Formats: sequence, structure tokens, C-alpha cells
Amino acid sequence: MVEATIVRVNSLAAVSRDSASSPQVSLAVLPDAAKLVFRGRPSSIGAAGEAFGVELPQTANRFREAAGRKAYWLGPDEWLLEAIGVDSSELFSTMSEKLASHSCSLVDVSHRSDSMAIRGPMSEYVLNHGCPLDLSERAFPVGMCTRTILGKSPIVLSRTEQEVFHLDVWRSFSPYVWSFLDEARQEFLHDQSARSPT
Amino acid sequence: MLLIKCPFCGPRPELEFSYGGQAHIARPKDPASLDDESWAEYLYIRSNPKGLHAERWRHIHGCARFFNVQRNTASDAIVATYKIGEEPPKPVDPGLEEWSSRSGAAL
Ligand SMILES: [Zn+2]
Repeated sequence: MVEATIVRVNSLAAVSRDSASSPQVSLAVLPDAAKLVFRGRPSSIGAAGEAFGVELPQTANRFREAAGRKAYWLGPDEWLLEAIGVDSSELFSTMSEKLASHSCSLVDVSHRSDSMAIRGPMSEYVLNHGCPLDLSERAFPVGMCTRTILGKSPIVLSRTEQEVFHLDVWRSFSPYVWSFLDEARQEFLHDQSARSPT
Repeated sequence: MLLIKCPFCGPRPELEFSYGGQAHIARPKDPASLDDESWAEYLYIRSNPKGLHAERWRHIHGCARFFNVQRNTASDAIVATYKIGEEPPKPVDPGLEEWSSRSGAAL
């Protein structure tokens, strides 16, 4: 009998090779993570936060982080739960056991998407080549997250620091999104002394 | 680009939304009792006003929720947005009201 082993390959592995870093704006692949989508009525939200280890944010478009785990508000009854370096099936079974008495839904979506980071003072400018949101700190502060669009692709965008954004992108779209951002930042690669276009 | 105010997320670019047809059309409580004409009217006949129109939109590339919009179809100005189940903030266009009561839909 043939023993099959499934090896997960990050969908950004090929496209991100030899990515030039720039002090103005750089791209990076983020580590694989367990990702679950929780949906439920208000009565189950507290229990879901306890089971995950991070209280689910109830403010629209905000994420909360604790000990390497993040809970992203995606909709009024929908959260993306992300845990880096955790086995997704273990997390899933632990959580679903704890939530067994609640009417809610929990889905393992770990294999659906990969994540990347864009960092540097020109991140907003480069993202705005394909994302129509106002990304100024006033409209999109640190701690904010949302589903939105980048070019032709749906993404989950979050701001983790003043000059750092994370993007969660479906695997089949992720090489496109990476290449899109890489192309948009070319002006900062060839001329390191380029002034900010503000 | 139009900015549309999602009742959950606030003002967001039009690109993130999809249109969901006329709002406030209630499914008849007892479809079996309707004659063909009334059923066809419920299914297919929609108002097409020049002016204020109540319609459903979905913030598909955002919180993914449906909500209601009052839009002026002549100027494309969005007058109001509100959650599903909430009362329209202003009386809707008289023409629309008349049509809705004729088809048995609840406003
Ligand atoms: Zn929304």
C-alpha cells in the first residue's frame, strides 16, 4: 500500500523568492496559521472567545490579539480566528467541543488562504494602487481590519502597526496580489532616493 | 467613486457593494391562495420610479450583510441607508407605496 503524505506548500513560495527589500516599502510572506471562521448569535460569542483564548471584538472592523492568536471582526456575527503555529484540526476539535451546546458554526478555513505583510512608509500609497479604501491613520487606524478589494481580488486587510499591514488572500489569488503590489512599488526599488509623492 | 454608508461599517467605496433589487417586498403569507396574476406580480413586477427608490444592497466585499438604501434614481444620490428590519427613515416615494399596497407587500 502506498503511504501518501500531504505537504502544504505556501502559495506565495515561488512568487516571493528573491523579493527585494526597500526601506520605503517591502513585502513579506507570513507564517502558516490555523484559521477558523466562527459565526454565531450573540449568546455564543462569549463562549467562542473563551474557547479560542481571545475575546471576540464586538466593535465593527477591529481585531484583538493575545499570545499569537488573533480574532478579526468580519461581520456582525462573523469572526476570523487565526493562530500561528497551531495545528488547525486540534484547535478545531477543542473549540467545537467547548461550543457543543451553542447554536453556531465553526469552519476550518486554514487551507483557503495565505498571508503576507506590507511594511514601510509607502505601504498606504502602494496598497491604494488597487484598494479604494481611505488608508490614512484617521480612517484606518492600527487595530482595524476589514474585508475589501485589491485589484480584482477580495482580501482581508488589517493594520498591525502604523506602517505595517497584513493581507489574508485566497490561495488562487495570492500570487496575483503579491505581483500587483510588487509592481506598484517598483518606483521605490530603482531609485532609493525617490521622494515620497505626497 | 460613490461612497455608500454601510449601516455596520460606515462610508465605503461603491466597488465593495452589490445591488440586490427593490426593497420591502414581502413574500405573500399564503402563496397557494394567490391567483396567477398576483403571484406573477409578486415575482416579477417591480417599480421603476424616476426619483426616490428603496432598494437592497449588500456589502459583499466588507461585512457581507444586506441592508436597505433609499436612492434617487435620477441623480444617483443616496438619501439614506438602514438595517434590514428597520423602518425607512423617511416616508418612501408615494408611487412606491401605492404599488406596494396593491401587490400586498408590507412596507
Ligand atoms: Zn459593511
